Amino acid sequence: MPTFVNPNACNACEGEHQGPLCVYICPNDLMVLDVDVNKGFNQEPDMCSECYACVKLCPQDAIHVRGYADFVPMGAIVQPHRTEDGLQWEVVFRDGRRFEFTYQSRTRPAGTVVPYEGFTEDSTGDLRNQNLAGDSTWLGVDRLPVPASK
Amino acid sequence: MAFEATETVDCDILIIGGGMSGCGAAFEAKYWAGDKRVVLAEKAAIERSGATGEGLSAINCYMGQRYGWNTPEDFVNYVVNDMMGLAREDLVYDVGRHVDNSVHLLEEWGLPIWKQENGQYERIGRWQIPIHGESIKPIAAEPARTALGPENIYERVAITHLLKDDDDPDKIAGAAGFSVRDNKFYIFRSPVVIITTGGASNVFRPRSVSEGLGRTWYSVFATGSAYGLMIPAGVEMTQMEHRFVPTRFKDGYGPVGMWFQYFHAKVLNAMGEDYTVTRAAELEKYEPYGSAIPTPTPLRNHQMFLDIRDGYGPMYMRTDQAMQALAGGDPAKMDEVRNEAWEDFLDMTISQALTWAAQNIAPEETPSEVVLAEPYIMGSHSGEAGAWVSGPEDIATDDYNWGYNRMTTIRGLFAAGDGVGAAPHKFSSGSFTEGRIAAKAAVNYLTDNPGRPTVSDEQAQGMRQTILGPLSTFDQHKGATTAEEINPNYMTPKQALVRLQKIMDEYAAGASAWYTTNRPTLERGIVLIEMLREDLAHLAARNPHELMRCWEVMHRAWVGEAHLRHLLHREETRWPGYYYRSDFPDLDDAKWRVFVNSRYDRDADSWQLMTRPYRKLITQ
Repeated sequence: MPTFVNPNACNACEGEHQGPLCVYICPNDLMVLDVDVNKGFNQEPDMCSECYACVKLCPQDAIHVRGYADFVPMGAIVQPHRTEDGLQWEVVFRDGRRFEFTYQSRTRPAGTVVPYEGFTEDSTGDLRNQNLAGDSTWLGVDRLPVPASK
Repeated sequence: MAFEATETVDCDILIIGGGMSGCGAAFEAKYWAGDKRVVLAEKAAIERSGATGEGLSAINCYMGQRYGWNTPEDFVNYVVNDMMGLAREDLVYDVGRHVDNSVHLLEEWGLPIWKQENGQYERIGRWQIPIHGESIKPIAAEPARTALGPENIYERVAITHLLKDDDDPDKIAGAAGFSVRDNKFYIFRSPVVIITTGGASNVFRPRSVSEGLGRTWYSVFATGSAYGLMIPAGVEMTQMEHRFVPTRFKDGYGPVGMWFQYFHAKVLNAMGEDYTVTRAAELEKYEPYGSAIPTPTPLRNHQMFLDIRDGYGPMYMRTDQAMQALAGGDPAKMDEVRNEAWEDFLDMTISQALTWAAQNIAPEETPSEVVLAEPYIMGSHSGEAGAWVSGPEDIATDDYNWGYNRMTTIRGLFAAGDGVGAAPHKFSSGSFTEGRIAAKAAVNYLTDNPGRPTVSDEQAQGMRQTILGPLSTFDQHKGATTAEEINPNYMTPKQALVRLQKIMDEYAAGASAWYTTNRPTLERGIVLIEMLREDLAHLAARNPHELMRCWEVMHRAWVGEAHLRHLLHREETRWPGYYYRSDFPDLDDAKWRVFVNSRYDRDADSWQLMTRPYRKLITQ
């Protein structure tokens, strides 16, 4: 589906300055707030790619995924839980077998990158050459290649 | 539905789309542009927007120049063969020589890349490195957001049209669109525009048509807007006949690259036969590409296609055999392999993991079905549809270069990622890199052309009326029926989408037509899609969300029509396994090793199809 929202867990992201985070993050504008009951829901399930962006971000773990009705048999669970630097996945088979997998997502905390730190390219003097910003530090070879035939 | 007054945004560089290419463009543009105003407009939130928003388990474009693994020349040779002889060598080389910079930066910004014991990156294949990539998109987006400043990132703003300069119709002047959240209509006035929006899923009827309509292989939110923005604006396009038909795990469309290249799994038919062995002689029909190593992707598809057509399916990825062989009876090693196998899906195609769990598929015990999916039209992965752009000054010949790298045939309009044609195999890292290449060239253009664009009130008002039209159509006609979905005066965007998909599937060599078509079938398809295009003037929307869907399907329809016309023009079968012209079943290098280009003329409502020569700039 498609994502669905557990009404007992969703609190409409009370206190989040951006409003409900599922509404903020959905890449396909699917998650919306039902203002009558103050709960999130998926307004167009057949346009949901089960990308889990909202599931991963939901602070209440209120969003789950029920596999596409047209080809996924019922009864399985694939649910992520946040860890300090990644995700722990709970995988439950239709027949009850259960697995847990934990993977790192990032090596440094979000919000700590300083763009262009240590770059030496001159924004005027190097504008007309073929180098990209940061080549001197990050390309990994001394000179930008040009075709041997040139 | 009332929209507020138009909000006009003036900037120096407008980036449309905030996927990998858009984030790369933003990062690079701001470095060179100094105090110029760089603005990015994106229909979603850049942390998870675009094709990589769900994550990735590998970076598929990395040279490893610092390790001596590959040169950009090696990359060009590989790509040209995989594309059966057709790619712009200058553009491909340019991505290859720059891409390592971007990969190393992504690692610095927090992307975990697997390492070998010697400290070098782990390798899946020659160009592919495995990553813990669930967060590759937020990692790529962060420096873009910081560099531009949050005030210059317009999220939830869907751009639907380009603006031309009123004093010079061959020059760009900005773009127009609307917010899906706060009922605002936007006019962006900018002398430079960089299109980084997506290729097209859901142009063809997919194999899953109910809820599974969302589980396309390429992102369901990749709506072909790269092409839907440029084609009606008269940009010269190239290779719009090309498509990619992915071989993927059935239904969930989980990736197969790790399975083939890292776990060394084979796909066997239901009789246990290996089509790459039993169909080896088939490759001889498509020389010189048939003997290329590795075998080009369409030819491997073609071999599998023949097995399926002849009734030897289902085709199974023998995950069981591969995992047992790797573990060698060691339970600890099996745990490690199982962990890697599940990560491949959980990092990038979670639905496939859910499908496995729901079908009780433990890959070490049970093989999994693979299929040939429906066709996709795109320019960043294994597809090469897109704009005909100017190449790098130090490589491109005069007919491939008109002053600024990645500039389209409209002055001031640049493209990157899915929007650039004949430059495939960029994937995430190469698209990010191409955004950077385009952005630096765009700053050069801006420096040389400092004037402000002219956008008359008349043009802005006309755009507003056109773009918000589907809302008016609904208001005007809703009283004609007791059931909103059934109205003789309008179509809903979903109704238009399935009509487009049916035409494409049946007439343009879709999956249900065994990827086969011919001249009469294509000509009939063009008649039907022309009627569809007329009817799209009667789309109706009840709210901004549906208004976005209306313009998405219009963009997809432009892609479909361009695809039909290009298929008709190229009288050969260059990519068996992607599509077959039954009336021209052979590959014809002597006549057709050329690019097929097109230009739509809005004033005359006509298409001009033409060919452009192939230049061997790198290959022998």
